[in-house]
Amino acid sequence: MKTRLAPLFAGLAALGLAAPLHAAEVQVAVAANFTAPMQKIAADFEKATGHKAQLAFGATGKFYAQIKNGAPFEVLLAADDETPARLEKEGMAVAGSRFTYSIGQLALWSAKPGYVDDKGEVLKKGAFKHLALANPKLAPYGAAAVETLTRLGLLASIEPRFVQGENIAQTFQFISTGNAELGFVALSQVYEGGKLKSGSAWIVPASLHAPIRQDAVVLAKGKDNPAAAALVKFLKADPARAVIKSYGYAL
Amino acid sequence: MLSDTDWSAIRLTFELASVTTALLLVIGTPIAWWLARTRSVWKGAIGAVVALPIVLPPTVIGFYLLVMMGPEGPVGRLTQALGLGVLPFTFAGLVVASVFYSLPFVVQPLQNAFEAIGERPLEAAATLRASPVDSFFSVVLPLARPGYLTATVLGFAHTVGEFGVVLMIGGNIPDKTRVVSVQIYDHVEALEYAQAHWLAAGMVAFSFVVLLLLYTLNPSGRRA
Repeated sequence: MKTRLAPLFAGLAALGLAAPLHAAEVQVAVAANFTAPMQKIAADFEKATGHKAQLAFGATGKFYAQIKNGAPFEVLLAADDETPARLEKEGMAVAGSRFTYSIGQLALWSAKPGYVDDKGEVLKKGAFKHLALANPKLAPYGAAAVETLTRLGLLASIEPRFVQGENIAQTFQFISTGNAELGFVALSQVYEGGKLKSGSAWIVPASLHAPIRQDAVVLAKGKDNPAAAALVKFLKADPARAVIKSYGYAL
Repeated sequence: MLSDTDWSAIRLTFELASVTTALLLVIGTPIAWWLARTRSVWKGAIGAVVALPIVLPPTVIGFYLLVMMGPEGPVGRLTQALGLGVLPFTFAGLVVASVFYSLPFVVQPLQNAFEAIGERPLEAAATLRASPVDSFFSVVLPLARPGYLTATVLGFAHTVGEFGVVLMIGGNIPDKTRVVSVQIYDHVEALEYAQAHWLAAGMVAFSFVVLLLLYTLNPSGRRA
């Protein structure tokens, strides 16, 4: 397989489609909720440094299992702060490389304009059949949603109407197709350029749940890759932070 | 070992597989009979539609079912007009999805069994003045018994093993849509490997025993 593909790669390189020689490539595992901002940041990163970031999107728990079993990822942008810490403790990540790249904001969202008011009163009125959220056992945004409902004293009355997505992307799908009237998503999924893309939403105040701290870490496989170090530096700098904020993350 | 939620998932899975298999035998028989007998130009097209779930990824089927059965989709509009509400996140919705998803596993063995019978027994029955309905029940069904056994077992086992479609339209509701395969996935994702093993090993054992029984009782079932 490899030998057969070699001429193809050589051909692509000759056409100038492959990366220039001085540039390196970095394999990045990205939490699903960070998909949109990361695509933008990766494009900017490539323009600015010539390095290429290969992105894989998915659930943080799955990435953890894959990394433990030898997946070739070099940098992890997790949906929580526990997974990077655990990987560091287990020697799968470079010690001291952890940092918080964003703080997620929870939003109560409906695909219908005007359905969700800006104080979340719709939750108390309760005139809905299904409320979607990410599985609280697996997803930080799901756990934050349950915490919010608990603080509001609404958990017991709303829980029978829960429908759970396995992750935040599936939760969004339940709501956007109208099968659930409303639900808790990551603000980043429905927000772009500083405003709501569609529907109606209540941005849940940070005081109602523990902060959804999202940490990044350089993995053992990326230790000596200059592109991995460059990406971390790029994520910490102001232009990338501005992009992250414009997608509805706090920082 | 197994928790209450695990047992409830097991019970729900068997309910779903039983209802689905019963419906499939009723729906699948006329489709398979038509496919086995027809000389219509539509035979290829209908056969291809029935076989689609074999090749399509469950996520594709699940996504389209979610959209079509949702409040804005054609099926959703119909069920709402009939006063049934919308199907996603309900047991009935899972049954509809499973019937579609497991259809080829029931239709194809039946079709093969019907084709294997050929014209002669039917012609013989006709010369004895058996009506078509009579000859279907007293000639075709007994001769197609191995096909029915294969269809029942495969339809049931395939529904028990279904995951992607249920995940996409189920919403993971305890006692309503949380089946074993979803429960295993949750255990694995939550790193509860011990509980995952109990359920997963049970599933492997169940599937093996069922297929073993099928191939022992019905050696030709492999091809039927």
